Amino acid sequence: MFRKTIIMDSSISSQPLHHEHDAEGNSYFAFIVFLCSESIIFLSFFAGYIIYKTTTIDWLPAGVTGLEIKDPLINTVVLISSSFVIYIAEQFLEKHQLWGFRLFLLLTIAMGTYFLVGQAIEWNGLEFGFTSGVFGGMFYLLTGFHGLHVLTGILLQGIMLGRSFFPNNYEQGHFGVIATSLFWHFVDVIWIVLFVLLYLWQ
Amino acid sequence: MTDSQVKTTNIITESYQDLSARNWKRYFSFSTDHKVIGIQYLVTSFIFFLIGGIFAMVIRGELITPEADLVDRTFYNGMFTMHGTIMLFLWTFPSLVGLANYLVPIMIGAKDMAFPRLNAAAFWMVPIVGTLMMASFFVPSGSAQSGWWSYPPVSLQNPTGQLITGQFLWILAVAISGVSSIMGAVNIVTTVVKMRAPGMTFFRMPIFVWAVFSAQIIQLFGLPALTAGAVMLLFDLTVGTSFFDPSQGGNPILFQHFFWFYSHPAVYVIILPIFGIFSEIFPVYSRKPLFGYKIVAISSLLIAAVSGLVWVHHMYASGTPGWMRMLFMLSTMCVSVPTGIKVFAWVATIWGGKLRLNTAMLFAMGALIMFIFAGVTGIMLSAVPVDIHVNNTYFVVGHFHYVLYGTVTMGMYAAIYHWFPKMTGRMYYESWGQVHFWLAFIGTNLNFLPMHPLGLQGMLRRVASYDPEYTFWNVLASLGAFLLGMSTLPFIVNMVSSWIQGPIAPSNPWRAIGLEWLIASPPPVENFEDTPIIVSEPYSYGKSDPLVSNLEGVLGHHE
Ligand code: HEM
Ligand SMILES: [Cu+2]
Repeated sequence: MFRKTIIMDSSISSQPLHHEHDAEGNSYFAFIVFLCSESIIFLSFFAGYIIYKTTTIDWLPAGVTGLEIKDPLINTVVLISSSFVIYIAEQFLEKHQLWGFRLFLLLTIAMGTYFLVGQAIEWNGLEFGFTSGVFGGMFYLLTGFHGLHVLTGILLQGIMLGRSFFPNNYEQGHFGVIATSLFWHFVDVIWIVLFVLLYLWQ
Repeated sequence: MTDSQVKTTNIITESYQDLSARNWKRYFSFSTDHKVIGIQYLVTSFIFFLIGGIFAMVIRGELITPEADLVDRTFYNGMFTMHGTIMLFLWTFPSLVGLANYLVPIMIGAKDMAFPRLNAAAFWMVPIVGTLMMASFFVPSGSAQSGWWSYPPVSLQNPTGQLITGQFLWILAVAISGVSSIMGAVNIVTTVVKMRAPGMTFFRMPIFVWAVFSAQIIQLFGLPALTAGAVMLLFDLTVGTSFFDPSQGGNPILFQHFFWFYSHPAVYVIILPIFGIFSEIFPVYSRKPLFGYKIVAISSLLIAAVSGLVWVHHMYASGTPGWMRMLFMLSTMCVSVPTGIKVFAWVATIWGGKLRLNTAMLFAMGALIMFIFAGVTGIMLSAVPVDIHVNNTYFVVGHFHYVLYGTVTMGMYAAIYHWFPKMTGRMYYESWGQVHFWLAFIGTNLNFLPMHPLGLQGMLRRVASYDPEYTFWNVLASLGAFLLGMSTLPFIVNMVSSWIQGPIAPSNPWRAIGLEWLIASPPPVENFEDTPIIVSEPYSYGKSDPLVSNLEGVLGHHE
């Protein structure tokens, strides 16, 4: 037996009793919060880079004159364009045109992979390493940490692509795709800053 | 008031015992219930509090005589490093997150956190962090020895040449606890923003929720900076980069910036929820509404915002240029404004109230008194000339222990006593609680007050031996420390025995106002049968307006 107590207030009795929380909206919000938080890590690295660059006397390691810009520039263009490609993929999904979605998602994956391979080739050709002074450390730390994010993005896109072949449970919500695409834009924006800091500001 | 309108203060007498956690095993198994996770956090962190406390006893045992005669110096360095680290990363942070876990969903009328499984994952990282920390005592190099701030170049020394050193494990542990905290912060912030019951506007949230919310925002924006610094330190330590190694062109001061950019605001991550606890407890036991509710609420966010702009006050003595010192001295003093507002509001709440001095209230008042004292020494420290004088002395240790023991730990005790009946469904024994309080209050002051004169006379911190002229105050401090160590015994006895066989608690033993007091003790699995609808502000003591509507669902279905 429980004693029953109702506190009535006429002003609210018309309000709906059932107040369902929308799990997808929560995830979306949480993901944005998470990305804001993560951008602070990058910002810290950027701040570190700027401080080192402006205060270190022997900035470049001996024998190194600077970074080659041409190939990274092509890489950059590919990566930035892929942000538009994934956007198109999302549009196809909106219209429930799964094949268009898959095609453009695959294109995004290809472009991301192109970027990663390009980066690997660049790393391979450089005449300084991770331990070549503060410059070498910062260069590999920044590009490596960003590259890890690109890789994560590609994996997420792969998962989304795979999931699109199981449309039954796929039609329910697109949160995964929205998040993946958001993440990809984030990775791109970070790269633009990185490109300016590392390659243009030499 | 019609018949069906009943004061919120005496609603439920029976409780949903059958629906709630009766079996203690539930608390030690994997669960996604925010209440179980909350208690798991509290119990785990308390165990680490005891371990950290034992280390403190070793430190004070060493310092009771001027010679370094109790333990060897390497071990001593490990002791104060691990003491500080454990107390911060394994006691204060997780215990407060545990409390938030338990209370926030209930206080906002939600059934659980936004992401229950993420919540459990974040918790289970805490024992992992603790195990890593403890494991460092068993590697050849011994535990980390460079203090909890682990400044390079000291933290980069590795005489053993091995990869797995105490310092290495230490950084790993801190990094994992950071990941866990970020997961927790995302979850709590999302819960507060998205899961509030209908009618629970921001300005109807209890101050505790405001405080936790502000604190977790700091986590989100501060912790990543520490992570960045830790990653760089780890690379310096293991693969030979030279970010912070001055002999290789690195910049050790940069580490200090990364470190304090987080670790200063971290102080507010700890203290804001304690302020929240004060704001919950004072109105109940003074039977008055919280003075200046809105201003107190907003000041939490203000403190969070300003706290990101003051970190350099820890680096006055690190070669910081004069203009920068001035700037940060001013910004630091700015923090005292919203903080002062809060103190004023609490004093005004207590003032002229009908005080009930039971254990929770005693702890809260004791903590407030010690916080006021810490505030005074804090403002002294924010002044550059004073700080340069007492930098790295026991004055600093005294100051932050008034905060961390006097305010945070005592505030935590207040919270535990206050919500114990809710969490366990049992009442604690008041007399044991009073004994605990007086031992702790006297012990804290006897322990940490002497550190101030010691610091002013120039006794450095982090030393195992000292000039005999400092003996008198050190003996006093050590006696206080042992008293403080003893004071935890009545607490443990009380908690364990009351949880097992204490008197059954009613749902609202303190006649408090708040959603958590409207549901059974301990609360049923999903807190509320039906979502409550909130129709008024919290803390309406002495007023007649109701807090919630449509409690039918909460209470009715079982009739
Ligand atoms: C009986 C209780 C305690 C005693 C006797 C005690 C004693 C001490 C002493 C003597 C030091 C300085 C060590 C040195 O610099 O050589 C210290 C450092 C520290 N303590 Fe405590 N403490 C106690 C409780 C706490 C609590 C509850 C917290 C946090 C909630 C805490 C946090 C710290 C921190 C963060 C440091 C700094 C460590 C460092 O700078 O490396 N302590 N403690
Ligand atoms: Cu500070």
